[in-house]
Amino acid sequence: MLSVKDLIVGFRTRRGAVEAVRGISFDLGPGETLGIVGESGSGKSVTSYALMRILDAGGSINAGEISWNGQDLRRAREGAMRAIRGREISMIFQNPRAALNPIRKIGKQVEDVLLQHGRAERRDAKAKAIAALEAVKIRDAAARYHAYPFELSGGMCQRVVIAIALACNPKLLIADEPTTGLDITTQKAVMDLVRELIRERGMSAIIITHDLGLASQYSDRLAVMKDGEIVESGASATLFAAARHPYTRKLIDATPRPGVAIRELLPAEARGPEPQHSPGRRKLVEVVGLEKTFAGKSGPVQAVKGISFDIREGQSVGLVGESGCGKSTTSAMLVRLLDPSAGAIVFDGSDIAGIPADRFARDSRRGRIQMVFQDATDSLNPRHNAFDAIAEPLRRLGGMSGKRLGVRVDELAHLTGLPGQLLTRYPHQLSGGQKARVGIARAIALDPDFLILDEPTAALDVSIQAVVLNLLADLRARLNMTYLFVSHDLNVVRLLCDHVLVMRDGLIVEAGPSARVMQDPEHPYTRELLAAAPKPPMLDRSTGETVRAAE
Amino acid sequence: MAGRRHPLLWRLAQTIPVIFGVVVISFILTRALPGDPAVQFAGLAATPESIAQVREALGLDKPLIQQFLIYCGALLQGDLGRSVVTGQPVVTDLAMRLPASLELTLTALLLACLVAIPLGLLAAVHQGSWIDQLCRVVVTAGVSLPTFFTGILLIYVFYYLLGWAPSPLGRLDFIYLDPPRVTGFHLIDTLIDGDTETFFGALRQIALPAVTLALFTLAPIARMTRAAMLGALSSDYIRTARAAGLRPSKVLFGYAFRNALLPVVTTLGMVFSFVLGANVLVEKVFAWPGIGSYAVEALVQSDYAAVQGFVLAMALLFVLLNLLIDLSYALIDPRIGFSAK
Amino acid sequence: MSSPVSSAAASGQIAHIAYVLRENPVTALSFALFGFIVLSALIGPYLVPYDPLATNAARALEAPSAAHWFGTDQLGRDVFSRVIVATRLDLTISVAAVAISFVIGAFLGAVAGYWGGWIDAVLNRILDTIMAFPLFILAMGIVAALGNSVENIIYATAIINIPFYARVVRAEVNIRREAGFALAARLAGNSHARVLAFHIFPNALPPMMVQVSLNMGWAILNAAGLSFIGLGVRPPTPEWGIMVAEGANFIVSGHWWIALFPGLWLMLAVFTFNLMGDGLRDIVDPRRRT
Repeated sequence: MLSVKDLIVGFRTRRGAVEAVRGISFDLGPGETLGIVGESGSGKSVTSYALMRILDAGGSINAGEISWNGQDLRRAREGAMRAIRGREISMIFQNPRAALNPIRKIGKQVEDVLLQHGRAERRDAKAKAIAALEAVKIRDAAARYHAYPFELSGGMCQRVVIAIALACNPKLLIADEPTTGLDITTQKAVMDLVRELIRERGMSAIIITHDLGLASQYSDRLAVMKDGEIVESGASATLFAAARHPYTRKLIDATPRPGVAIRELLPAEARGPEPQHSPGRRKLVEVVGLEKTFAGKSGPVQAVKGISFDIREGQSVGLVGESGCGKSTTSAMLVRLLDPSAGAIVFDGSDIAGIPADRFARDSRRGRIQMVFQDATDSLNPRHNAFDAIAEPLRRLGGMSGKRLGVRVDELAHLTGLPGQLLTRYPHQLSGGQKARVGIARAIALDPDFLILDEPTAALDVSIQAVVLNLLADLRARLNMTYLFVSHDLNVVRLLCDHVLVMRDGLIVEAGPSARVMQDPEHPYTRELLAAAPKPPMLDRSTGETVRAAE
Repeated sequence: MAGRRHPLLWRLAQTIPVIFGVVVISFILTRALPGDPAVQFAGLAATPESIAQVREALGLDKPLIQQFLIYCGALLQGDLGRSVVTGQPVVTDLAMRLPASLELTLTALLLACLVAIPLGLLAAVHQGSWIDQLCRVVVTAGVSLPTFFTGILLIYVFYYLLGWAPSPLGRLDFIYLDPPRVTGFHLIDTLIDGDTETFFGALRQIALPAVTLALFTLAPIARMTRAAMLGALSSDYIRTARAAGLRPSKVLFGYAFRNALLPVVTTLGMVFSFVLGANVLVEKVFAWPGIGSYAVEALVQSDYAAVQGFVLAMALLFVLLNLLIDLSYALIDPRIGFSAK
Repeated sequence: MSSPVSSAAASGQIAHIAYVLRENPVTALSFALFGFIVLSALIGPYLVPYDPLATNAARALEAPSAAHWFGTDQLGRDVFSRVIVATRLDLTISVAAVAISFVIGAFLGAVAGYWGGWIDAVLNRILDTIMAFPLFILAMGIVAALGNSVENIIYATAIINIPFYARVVRAEVNIRREAGFALAARLAGNSHARVLAFHIFPNALPPMMVQVSLNMGWAILNAAGLSFIGLGVRPPTPEWGIMVAEGANFIVSGHWWIALFPGLWLMLAVFTFNLMGDGLRDIVDPRRRT
């Protein structure tokens, strides 16, 4: 049905012409689902935009053929393309709420597409729109017809986007990172819905994602893209076992999944010795009955409803939960940027919860509890270069200056694998991985006892994530730090943490050694989380066959 | 939809502290006069006895709080003092001259919007083209032009050099008679009266001052329209609409433009502030008999009651305009009331 | 190691300014014009051919010529000299007004944006009340109330400009209040005041720079407008606004040069400041560095 040959897509930028896609070819038959996997900059999204001919002003298809059921898409007139878009080929995007017109009722937005492609008349447009909403399993579709996007949840918005895309029964659906911005449980619901609808209607699909597990679970075939080229492609089931290209192997290795140790995320040649890690027995942090209530617009909101746990010296504890569960609030309280409403935080024997957050900056213990932030772009001052960013805690709390300061910063850069010449660069001149290293170097500058990591790898490509996680393991071994690792991803947490706490709605629903919690979860919510995580197929070492990770 | 009534009432209620603040500042301004306010208010031909009378009448010998309450009381009765120049109550003077100013301002705003909004829209849609460059030039020049200067230039070119425009001496040339007063707007009243000759006479007189004021107003409206359209066109929901195959006209007007209107409407409030100020200057240049020239004459003659009455009246008018703008914004944007400001 | 880095940063700054000027000829032009204007203000009065106040009835209302480049006005004064000398007064008024409103507005806005709560509520009240008046008219009222002098023009212009700065700074500080780097600065031992002053506020500067420039232009227009209607500056002091006002009387009889040249100079000054705004932002914003 769809045939792409030697496609080359370029962009005109201020620095000259850039080729985003450098000659890719693939075919798609009826009823087939193709997963295109790649990290940022691989050109996977650009490919889909080129197919639909909705490239930005500076982009153009420079060479190649795109053929859809015999029709030449590359040279088709704009009028012909408009007839195809939405009616024969549809697309859904990431960030569902932003993808909907904020001031137009969702029902009307569905109607617009139906009317445009002649699938409805004014008289029956509303009824057909409601039917389209019901098809994506939106309950109370007749009432929801009148809703605006801001009144709906993220998952609901994505369903509406899918409804708009499928309203005219297209034959091909392109999904560009459809799960970004959604919770894990919502992700599963949305992807399951997409798969069901595709199968029901006999559609073909292209799923574009950076998540290898997701792609392999929902596609028949995979194509791995890097730097604008397809480096490898094949059936999802066998690609993992028989991956030939080193990049594919690198991606597979780097994907956190059950049953692998942290070193195995890295390519074989980069693996060092196993980091040694032996937690002590003394309790470093004791949290007792921690609560936080915010004053919301419609009454008080309890973000954290009374949680208690311990962290021993040298231990790494993971705090897992979906958005809104209270984990970020908890970490903000533990690092003393936020005051709890009730409860105690006993650090090394004394309760620090009583000291107001406003004054803690000048407490003698400030340097012993530090944090690595989530989004490195946001957490580095755009006006400070890397040197200043790392030096700041040393200047303020360590009282260092001059030569001594320079030596220490160099040392920290070395520890985190940051090349020395990058120290004079500003954040916008650094890559994602480099910024992450700066953030880590800054956090460990004062040799803290307790380090809180708030989703430090969430915004990173999976191969960079593998490197950073290993770096964190090395640092922990070398500097004997205690970690609290906050994340929404159980697989990542398991790699680094001995102990895991599962949080939901302000309460800890399960706690225990990570191995036990992952294998044998007690609480239904934990089971739900585990079930929702995409499962990349693994090589079963004993039989040599590929199997899906155990439920 | 029911939930929206509360935010609207809330917005109405918010006007009250603003009006109160305006009154307080007006009061402070009246009492901040250098020298003896009683002398000022008594006027130029005052005797010591009349000054003492005025002082007592104004209550200037009483404590400040009481003076303020008296002031408020007078305001509530519509008493803004008496003009020493005309001898009339200031309120009467203002009411008589207000329609002239409103006619000028509204005509100018209409003209400005008719040009600026399409210009900004086209500039955004055809980025980099000649229309975009034109828009940029208009915007940069527009914010640099002193209104009074443009008015004078236009008089020179169109009246002195080309002879197209009539003599800049007010709303109607003396050969025409004022139409019977229905709205106070000559353009409307002449049509109601069926007097097309006078209509065109009034039109010719208002042309140059309205264009002068419109030129000044063009720039912020065009700039905001262009910026808002650019923002809307690069949004995710426009990408969705295009990917769904919607017609370009639908995408542009139904989706992008309506969203772009929101920041434009917000800008209108600020534009009104400038326009009301520029109005004063234009009225002086063209001898337009509105409240702006009234205030300028009063200033020259040290007619303080008139000046301060004018300031207060304009502020209240502006508060009302802002309220109308906020209410119309709430009509366009369904999110109002749910998102915090 | 820190001194080589900071001196590298300093020379980097100069190189960056040169880069911005090279990349954008319009910005370079506006800087050049700005230089000319400042020069006129500083040394103009010493270099002009005629005494701006010297009248000469015999040579009144002469069109521009070699002797009088901009012609003479109704009292025989040289228009060119008056226009150049007026630069000093107009510039002083606007710079003083903008400086005052910048300092006060930025401080209030930063404090309100960072600490929120009742400080924010009170500030918003005050700003709303000022903004409830059409600003030029408020300036008229203030000058009328305080007295007709140049100082009061400065104060009035300053007062009506404060809300712009306060609002911009408040919004920019508010956005960055919970940003990662602000929190990281707290973790590094900075008090709230230090975080606001040294970490957040410097990042709010680029958008401020555009505002400062636009406001300079607007302040000049304001001051000229006030003197046009007879407030503030009194004749025979040369100032662009009253010169246009005086010249306006003679436009209808065809003596265009008396009003045109001061008006043109006024436009030029405002235009320069508007163009400079973008250039300043490019210089101050580190993201424009390559």
